Amino acid sequence: MTLEVTRAEGLVTVQDAGRRGFAHLGVPEAGPLDRPAADLANRLVGNEPGAALLETTLLGLSVRALRAVTVAVTGAPCAVEVDGRGRPFGEPLSIAAGAELSVGAATRGVRSYLAVSGGVAVEPVLGSRSTDTLAWVGPPALTVGMRLPVGPGRTPRPVDVPARVEGEGPLRVRPGPRADWFADQVLDHLTREEYVVDAASNRVGLRLTGSPLARVVERELPSEGLVLGAVQVPPDGQPVVMLADHPTTGGYPVVAVVEADDLFRCAQLRPGDAVRFRRWEPRVPGPGAAPRRRP
Amino acid sequence: MRIRRYGARALLVELDGPGTAGELAAWLRSRRLADEVVPGARTVLLSGVRGGAYGGADGAVDGDRSDLTDAAVAGVERVLAGWVPGEARARGPLVELPVRYDGPDLDDVARRWGMTRREAVATHAAVEHVVAFCGFAPGFPYLAGLPEELAVPRLESPRSRVPAGAVGIADTWTGVYPTGSPGGWRLLGHTEASLWEPEREPPALLPPGTRVRIVVQP
Repeated sequence: MTLEVTRAEGLVTVQDAGRRGFAHLGVPEAGPLDRPAADLANRLVGNEPGAALLETTLLGLSVRALRAVTVAVTGAPCAVEVDGRGRPFGEPLSIAAGAELSVGAATRGVRSYLAVSGGVAVEPVLGSRSTDTLAWVGPPALTVGMRLPVGPGRTPRPVDVPARVEGEGPLRVRPGPRADWFADQVLDHLTREEYVVDAASNRVGLRLTGSPLARVVERELPSEGLVLGAVQVPPDGQPVVMLADHPTTGGYPVVAVVEADDLFRCAQLRPGDAVRFRRWEPRVPGPGAAPRRRP
Repeated sequence: MRIRRYGARALLVELDGPGTAGELAAWLRSRRLADEVVPGARTVLLSGVRGGAYGGADGAVDGDRSDLTDAAVAGVERVLAGWVPGEARARGPLVELPVRYDGPDLDDVARRWGMTRREAVATHAAVEHVVAFCGFAPGFPYLAGLPEELAVPRLESPRSRVPAGAVGIADTWTGVYPTGSPGGWRLLGHTEASLWEPEREPPALLPPGTRVRIVVQP
């Protein structure tokens, strides 16, 4: 055992690349909500992308290193301390055996990531170390006193890490499979109005409140598969963006789908934050229309 | 059959009638068309459609996140055209499920069906149930088989807690709760069988396609 949890406030979970291939049995994919931040943390400590790390929610955690490790904290910015002394966020840090690392409360955003060289090595469940919070498949949420194994780490080589690209502007959406269950121009409606993040948002979904989306088809939708980023609309007309722990099937129509590359921003939205959408028309290359390479 | 695009790399296949989604999903899964093949009540979701699965029609590689091209969608359509409903009906494995009909909504359901309690039990247990799809929770099976005239609505307000093993019905579906959870289905009874064990292969006792024979427990 390598890390001992000495403080866990709010939800703290283990996340890796996620659990694939079990959706037909009702098992959510899980995985880090802010995947680019998680990938960056792993890269900083010399891990492969998708190595298991820790995801915090607003309040952070502290761990004591039982052997020397290299760690990095990314995602929602927060104070990072080792034995009470401030250390840089977003950089690899060497932690001596016996030292205590604190990942503080997020100063903005919601979810910070703590990667440790070698990766968190809890026992996988169905091929993944990710905790799914919908049905609690995978390792349990972290609590004080838990000890976590860590895999054999390598000394990370210096990497040229690109600055974090902060998302800007409205979230991009394209029409969903049931857009025709709603009033005409529903995408115009969705992209015109401002929505506010509801406090009930979690790893399952980003719940929004605002101008309700009116349905024209009133019958019940037979349950059908859901994808990551699906914007599902329950009878109250308030949209819910499906995040990593979303149920695999649902009985409410999906009006739109948020682009995968914008989903990490949903991970960092706080209750009360404003959300806008914009319509995204992907340019699909036709056959034989390969772009010419520039010399 | 109709194919709808669903985000960048997913397709939703809509079937004309009920009862064939599970069969199509099993057929498609064996062709390794996508990362996830998820049957619903009348649909099959292909999520993470793979590049090479239909002869590399769009040259995409597995794990690609770029948009499916029209050529790729046409490739999936060609695969789907080769499916004949009912032809390769691999009869799924048969599981005998012990059920004690002691649920809190049994009397209510019997009244809705215009039957005595005993008749309602016999009627439900005699149905040949087949798992159409799983959802709601890991290992929660949606069992098809109840005829349309025995459809019942969900509870007006869901129970905050339904125990693991509870057997309930909603619309024409029968479901079994793998773990304790909130739930709005009308509960007919319960089973001692373990519906979900992550260490088991497969972890779900009743995956899609499974035929279920209910064995009434006294």
